Order: sequence, then structure tokens, then C-alpha cells
Amino acid sequence: MGKRSVIPFGPQHPVLPEPIHIDLVIEDEKVVEAIPSVGFIHRGLESLVDKRDYNQMTYVVERTCGICSFQHGMGYCEAMEHVFGVDVPARAKYLRTIWAELGRMHSHLLWLGLLADGFGYENLFYQCWRVREKVLDMQEMTSGGRLIFSVNKVGGVIKDIEKEKLDIILKTMDEVEEELTVIKDTFLLDYSVQSRLQGVGIVTKEQAHDLGCAGPFARASGIRTDMRKLGYAAYPDLDFEPIISATGDSYARCYCRIMEIFQSIDLIRQAIGKIPNETDLFTPVKGNPDGEYFMRVEQPRGEAVYYVKASGKQYLDRFRVRTPTFANLPGLCEMLKNTQLSDVGLLVLTIDPCISCTER
Amino acid sequence: MSILKYAPEALKNLFKPPVTTKYPFEPAVYPEGARGHIEITIDDCIGCGMCVRSCPCGTLSVDKMAGTWSIDRFDCIACGYCVEKCPKKCLTMVEGYQTPGAKEGKVTYTKSPEQLEKDRIAREEQAKKAAAAREAAAKKAAEAAKQQQPSGLEQAAKK
Repeated sequence: MGKRSVIPFGPQHPVLPEPIHIDLVIEDEKVVEAIPSVGFIHRGLESLVDKRDYNQMTYVVERTCGICSFQHGMGYCEAMEHVFGVDVPARAKYLRTIWAELGRMHSHLLWLGLLADGFGYENLFYQCWRVREKVLDMQEMTSGGRLIFSVNKVGGVIKDIEKEKLDIILKTMDEVEEELTVIKDTFLLDYSVQSRLQGVGIVTKEQAHDLGCAGPFARASGIRTDMRKLGYAAYPDLDFEPIISATGDSYARCYCRIMEIFQSIDLIRQAIGKIPNETDLFTPVKGNPDGEYFMRVEQPRGEAVYYVKASGKQYLDRFRVRTPTFANLPGLCEMLKNTQLSDVGLLVLTIDPCISCTER
Repeated sequence: MSILKYAPEALKNLFKPPVTTKYPFEPAVYPEGARGHIEITIDDCIGCGMCVRSCPCGTLSVDKMAGTWSIDRFDCIACGYCVEKCPKKCLTMVEGYQTPGAKEGKVTYTKSPEQLEKDRIAREEQAKKAAAAREAAAKKAAEAAKQQQPSGLEQAAKK
């Protein structure tokens, strides 16, 4: 047994701009224990419910995170709609689905780029971000914002995507799919990529279940979990199956996320094909909210839970978000045990941590 | 062999112009409907303060008497909620993002002197109308009281 020592890792990550700090207890070059600490960017967004009314909170919640901002807004609005007991027009549900899937695509492409940069393949990093730029352009064209859309509203959406723009999205999806196929082959078939990812950071199905992992991290370990199957927005009308992998290593996580981009492309095509021609985009809500609700949404990183509690006032009593990264941190610490110190940077990346969400 | 996959891309890149533009020497291209920043047609503003109350970050302020509307551009998150709420639709989202700077980003818009004069006249007229309405109401109330009094006496006499 070698001598134990503690190495601080972070809050600056080599490639990922998220401030997570981990104390690594190491023996020689092997990690024995990992103790995470977060709390560098707490902004107190949840406590803003005392000062902002439920409509203004939509914009505050959206700014919890820069990458999955649309889904944050959507989760909050869906929870509030259940409190009010209003039905959202069908077109608004489909529009939300299209925007949510575009958001998932750009988030996964960003992660793939960072992963490529993490194992030292800079060319692949640029290829991924080049494709991502097309998705960002679609987002800017449809909503007016590149990352933060501000199109959600309690009761529906405030902006429509016209027929011409839907056609442009379909055309761009074809281009993205073509370019992504080349990138997918590189990620999944290149031997140098495989040598960095295969068999590294294994989390078994039992471990993932016991530690409560969420999203692609859990799916890569063989757990069939996908909150989209619960049937919010327009997902009940669309045909898809969660993508799972059995091995539970870094390669499986990479596989799950790449295939999810293709799944998102498919879902966008299905949604555009089925979108109803309605002029109504939102149902007006009247009065103040009264009641509480738990809403579960599948974000790019996994399951996010939104809790709202209101008591007939303009301001909510309580608002709470449980983000996927918070659920994945125990899994990360378990995964880091018995790995090489040189793999830590890459392994932290493979859970796709979003610390801004986690700390809010 | 996978290196060769990107060879066509590399060859294309040799002859392609750069993807980036030389901003600020070349103008930036915004898509239609891009959320840039908020502009106001100040002469249409009625100073109701709906935008101030709706703003999630409290960056707006309005002074009805002075005819001013101000915004701190660095605090604004360009969510567009004030544009949605404005009853006169004098607020609009226009393209062009706020440029960074070291100075405070507060911008104040003041109504034109002609519009201020118009507003002043309108206010005075409104005040006159309100005064006249008050007078009329007072007169009516006094008359009603006079009419009620004899009826009260009659009732007393009956008793």
C-alpha cells in the first residue's frame, strides 16, 4: 500500500467551464476516494419567489442554466399549468417539444465537443461545435435567442414557428444528420478514442440504481429511465424508445448521447409532421395560483424535478428545483474510485456536470 | 483510417473564406426576429408604469410628469416581458446587442417638447373635466339630500 495524499481537483476544469471542486485521496496514481464540494456560484434564484410574481419567475427560472434553459422554463410552466388546471393548446405543446429537442441536440453536441477536447482530439472538438452552430442558428431563427429563448409563458408559448421556418428546420436537420454520421463513426469506431473511453469509469446497473443516477448516465448503465415517457408536452404522440447501453463505461455514455442526438432529430421530424394548424398559442390564466405540484422533466442531463407551492397569492410560497447533476454527483464519486488520476478530468466530464443548475 | 474521413473537410477549408466575420469592421448579421435590445417610441408612451411593474430585473423606471422613461441596459435581460405588457405597444425589441462598456448603462428617453406640451394640455383638460364632474356630483348629492330631508320630515309628521 502506497502513501495516501490528497490532491485538490478544480474548481477549474481543464476543458469544462463548470466550477466543481473535488478532493481526491490518492494512493500512488490511483484514486481511493473522491470528496466533492460545490457552492462557488450560488445565486439564490429559488428565494427570488418572494420578490417576483409567478409570471416573472418564468424568466428567472429560465436563467438557472445557460444550456438547458428552455427545459427549465418549460418544467416550471408545466408545473404552474397543473396548479392552475389549464390545458395548453396542442400547437404550443408541439412547439415546446421542438424547442426542447433542439436544446437537447445543442447540449449533447457541446458535451461531445468537450469530451473530444478532454481526450485530446481537438479536431473532433471543432467538428462537433461546427455542427452545433447550425442548431444554435435554428434556435435564434425561431425564438430570437441563441441559448435563452424566453418563449415560455404560464399557459403556453408566446411565439409561433411559421411553416417556412419549420421547413428550414427540416432541411437543416438533414444536413446535421449527414455531418453527424461522420462524427459518430469517429467517436464510436476510432481505436484511439476507444482506448481512452472503453472500460474506464464503470458504473454497474445496481450501483447506478442504488445511487439514484439520472439521465444518460443511468441509461448508459442499462437503466431504462426517460421522463419523456411520462407524457408531458407532445411526447405521448411521438414514437421513441429510451436509448440504453449495458456496459456502463465512458464509451457507453458517449454512445447514449450520440444516439440521443439522432433520436432528437427523429423526434423533431415527427413533431413537425404532426404539428396541428392552430392559431391559439396559449390559454389565458386567471387569478392567482393556489396549490402545489411536482413536475418531472427529462433534461439533456437527466431528470429534473420542479416543485411549486402557492397559496392564492401573486407570489409563490416555495419553488424548488432538483437538477440532474445533483443526482449524478454520488455516482461520479463512486465512479472515480479505483481509477487513474489521469482519467479524472475525463470522468468528471462524462456525467456532463452542470454546476450552475445544481447551485442555482 | 478515420483520419482520412476529415481529409475532404480539410481540403475544402483550404479554399474556403473564414467562417468568422471581422466584426466590428463588418456589420453583424441578425436573423429576423432576433432579440437584441428594447427601444421605445417615447411620444406614444402614456407613463402607465406597466413595464416597470412587469420587469423581472427591475431595470426600468418611468416618470409620468417629467415624461421620461429610463432603462439600465446592463441590467436588462432582454426577456421581452415589458414589450408583451405595454398597453400602447410603444416598446419594441430591435436587433443589435448591447455593446460592453465601463460606464453605467443607464439611458433616459425624454418626450419631445411638443408632446410634453400636448400632454400638459391634456392633463389640464382632464383636471378641468374631473373638477367639473366633482362639482356636478356635489350638486347632485346636495339636491338629493334636500329632496330626502322633506320626505324625512313628512315621515316624522306621519308618526
